[in-house]
Amino acid sequence: MKKILEVKNLEVSFDTYAGEVQAVRDVSFDLYEGETLAIVGESGSGKSVTAKSLIRLNPEPPARYKAGEILLHGENILDKKEKEMQKIRGSKIGMIFQDPMTSLNPTMTVGKQIMEALMKHQKVAKSEARKVALEMLRMVQIPNPEKRFDEYPHQFSGGMRQRVMIAIALVCNPQILIADEPTTALDVTIQAQILDLMKNLQEKIKTSIILITHDLGVVAHSAQRIIVMYGGKIVESGTTDQIFYKSRHPYTWGLLNSVPRLDIHKEDGRLDSIEGTPPDLFAPPQGCPFADRCEYAMEICRKKMPPQFETGENHHSACWLNHEFAPKVENPTQIAKKLQKEEVQMREQ
Amino acid sequence: MLKYILKRLLMALATLWVISTLTFVLMHALPNDPFTDPKLKPEVRQALRVKYGLDKPLSEQYVIYMKNLLKGDLGTSIKYPGRSVSDIIAESFPKSFALGWRALIIAVIFGMLLGIIAALNHQKTLDYLSIFIAIIGVSIPSIILGPILAYFFGVKLGWFPVTVDKSEISLFLPSLTLAMSSLATISRLMRTTTLEVLGQDYISTAKAKGLSKTQIVLKHVLRNAVMPIITILGPLFAALITGSIVVEKIFAVAGLGEYFVSTITEQDYPMIMGITIFYAALIILSILVVDIMYGFIDPRLRISGKGGE
Repeated sequence: MKKILEVKNLEVSFDTYAGEVQAVRDVSFDLYEGETLAIVGESGSGKSVTAKSLIRLNPEPPARYKAGEILLHGENILDKKEKEMQKIRGSKIGMIFQDPMTSLNPTMTVGKQIMEALMKHQKVAKSEARKVALEMLRMVQIPNPEKRFDEYPHQFSGGMRQRVMIAIALVCNPQILIADEPTTALDVTIQAQILDLMKNLQEKIKTSIILITHDLGVVAHSAQRIIVMYGGKIVESGTTDQIFYKSRHPYTWGLLNSVPRLDIHKEDGRLDSIEGTPPDLFAPPQGCPFADRCEYAMEICRKKMPPQFETGENHHSACWLNHEFAPKVENPTQIAKKLQKEEVQMREQ
Repeated sequence: MLKYILKRLLMALATLWVISTLTFVLMHALPNDPFTDPKLKPEVRQALRVKYGLDKPLSEQYVIYMKNLLKGDLGTSIKYPGRSVSDIIAESFPKSFALGWRALIIAVIFGMLLGIIAALNHQKTLDYLSIFIAIIGVSIPSIILGPILAYFFGVKLGWFPVTVDKSEISLFLPSLTLAMSSLATISRLMRTTTLEVLGQDYISTAKAKGLSKTQIVLKHVLRNAVMPIITILGPLFAALITGSIVVEKIFAVAGLGEYFVSTITEQDYPMIMGITIFYAALIILSILVVDIMYGFIDPRLRISGKGGE
């Protein structure tokens, strides 16, 4: 598969009155053509800042790109001037946001909002733009598109508005779609529809998707690869199967255990959570950012940031437990245990 | 929409009735009447009172006035005998109006411009400069600002005439003086709302589409930021038209503003009533116009029509 986006050692900081917030620290990953890559993490893990950096949407200042490169077809986005960035935004990389209720301009018809990017990037006439925008509304399955075209956002429901957002982001056939928590603000029943729609459109227009979310349930259905972020760093990365069943990082285990499941019975009937709070990014710890909340933490975890250990093919885990001298700890998640049980049963039969 | 406007007009009539009744009662509650001059002989005074119908009981006077009002007759002035109140308003109001709408336009255009520039340069030099202008505009009263402007631009530089004649240019200095405090208010308000809109999610959406800063401001910020300005436009317009007494004095404009004050001290009953009702009607009308304008600017506030609330 062809690489279309390469992020190398990205460091993003925010200069505030209280000091420098190191939101993204030494993040590297690649994006391949046609794939869906999920970036998972809790609030404040740096996943949104990372995604917005790809089209330089973080306000500068206070945001500052301290180091690293973001290569789109080999060209560094961080070197681009504002004018050049405007040509990339919306045309090569589209983005949809978390809250469809506030992400559309309330005083402009949805049709016009879709046409805007088209007229900016492809310099087409108004009538032509209208035709394409109508086609987009049809593609995102908005019923009665001719009529809805001239309506305002407040006449649409949340799910419909997110469809409009998708239409806006995809109208110029971008190579990359960044979806920043696209389903978080929606009803669960609508979430699945939106995810399915994104999947369908991805196949149609062959775009790569970067899916930012904190919901592993969302990821399981849509992504081929997963990056887990914590405290501004990538703590684990691998294919969806590797992360779900063969994770080698205690934070990922915590995340997986926090997903409420109907098929796994729990004795006490309580939901699991990860104890503690994320690290202070004004003064990030020099060791592993998760060490303070990690039940397996060792002395070295607090002193030295673990490297990305290779824990499988294209599977990397930044945890000292994977060092050859570390005590052997098995993946304790219920989902992994269930899998092992099933494997044992299979062998017995 | 038509039904809404009709309903509002009916409500306006009711409001006007309440205002005129209140004014009528309060006016007559004052201890004197227009003919309390001690130099007047009691017989003459009595004769004048009979002539203007002031000898009748108050309730009867009220009924007579209201009947005339319904016919559109505001009566004749006591201070300026032989001139009807409507004539005096018709003659002097256009002069106040000429100042008022020019001041409004200056205040709205430059106020908004200043506010947007300040917001786009948040916490930079241009922002602080606009705050400085706004503070000056609000804190220097027109009684000081008027003579200063007249002295520098009129007398020293000789760019503008210092008294108002028939020429357009002579209206500039008084309009600017009148506009200054409203301009400052609008610029502060515009700065705040623009900053608020700039932080909205849909501005990120617009940016993510690849629009330039100018396109974002023109297409996405302005229309959303202008709502609070529209809200104060009605009262502002009324204030600019009625609040021009000082400016009219400084620049020698024979407008309605002066009558507004003098008729009260002279207790010229028909004039007090006439001018109050006229101003009240003007304010009610401008507020109605503003309410209708909302719908044009913000589709969420549209009355009836397709899918509105």
